[in-house]
Amino acid sequence: MKKATTTEAKTKEIVKKHGRDKSGLIAILQDIQEEYNYLPKEALSAVGNELEVPLSRIYEVATFYNTFSLNPRGRYLVEVCAGTACHVQGAFNLKDRLQRDLEIDCGQTTKDNMFTLEEVRCLGCCSLAPVVRIGGNIHPYLTQNEIPGILRNYRKQG
Amino acid sequence: MVNFIIDGKKISAEKGTMVLEAARANGIDIPTLCAHEAVSRSGACRLCVVEMKKGKRAKIVTSCLYPVEEGIIIETKNERVMNVRRLVLQLLMARCPESDVIRDLASQLGVDAQPRFAADEDKSKCILCRSCVRVCEEVVGVSAIGFSCRGADKAVSTPFNEDSAVCIGCGACAFICPTGHIEMETTEETRKIWGRTFKMKTCDVCGRYFAPEDQLKYISKKTGVPLKELAVCTNCR
Ligand code: SF4
Ligand code: FES
Repeated sequence: MKKATTTEAKTKEIVKKHGRDKSGLIAILQDIQEEYNYLPKEALSAVGNELEVPLSRIYEVATFYNTFSLNPRGRYLVEVCAGTACHVQGAFNLKDRLQRDLEIDCGQTTKDNMFTLEEVRCLGCCSLAPVVRIGGNIHPYLTQNEIPGILRNYRKQG
Repeated sequence: MVNFIIDGKKISAEKGTMVLEAARANGIDIPTLCAHEAVSRSGACRLCVVEMKKGKRAKIVTSCLYPVEEGIIIETKNERVMNVRRLVLQLLMARCPESDVIRDLASQLGVDAQPRFAADEDKSKCILCRSCVRVCEEVVGVSAIGFSCRGADKAVSTPFNEDSAVCIGCGACAFICPTGHIEMETTEETRKIWGRTFKMKTCDVCGRYFAPEDQLKYISKKTGVPLKELAVCTNCR
């Protein structure tokens, strides 16, 4: 498949896939984020131009939903569940441990651009609490001691 | 025509009229912050609450958004209404402790700041009524500003908080804002708003600075009137 070179071209391609319909804005933003791990500024401007929707409206949508990030994220998104069940099972300890091992706070990205740490509400699998999702993979019944090994594995995978 | 009662007064009004307008047309005052004739309604400030009685049911509604109905009985100042209105003001005061407009409204109703509602320090004077965003979209037509984030972080701004490429510096947002949240600095030659500085244009006749260049360009583009004809201020036209 021929790869679009610029963000703008890639964005246009994505918008076209969704039929240039402004009611598909969220789906379009999701696809852009899938591509870049975040929503680049140029991409949002391009979406605005393509859909003929003011940038201010698109910015409203992009900042409203927690799932969208306007800052570059690392290769793997590390989501610590802070829902009730996970909280009760000590998810905050996992969060502390991850912050220490990755040397970042929640919402930040490691220097090597591998991991972005985020706290999320209920991932929908409370029976597996405490849960951390890394790059889309659920890590159930997680304990602190497993964390270094898991992170090492992801780093190895690159 | 629809017939109904406001504060004991028999009133009739055109179908579709809002209770607020019907009341005001009959000399009954209801305090408001966010309702403005230039833009569509958002019902954001909740200051215009009244009690609406229909048959046996009575409920609190926002008069700026409630169309009149046959036979309803509206109370604008009874104890229940005043309690709600006072609560609304307490909350608005907690959000915008700096706003003199809100403070004045509160003192008129004898409302003090409540220790149980911790005062916000980072909201300045914005009550999030969206009037500025609406006027920019509905009247000016450029949509330079919008809300960002949500919940406690919600705020009005340009995209990315950067200089807006589409803003024309007209100042409609600053004009419509009920609380004076939006800062606009106009000197002779420049106008600064939303962080961007606009060059003002001098009138071809009297030489007085009268409007941002970008605004005139925009009007010319939108109306097809040549820029040359717009280069004369309203006094000299
Ligand atoms: S800046 Fe003013 S007009 Fe705009 S949302 Fe805030 S209070 Fe309303
Ligand atoms: S005037 Fe009705 S809610 Fe603000």
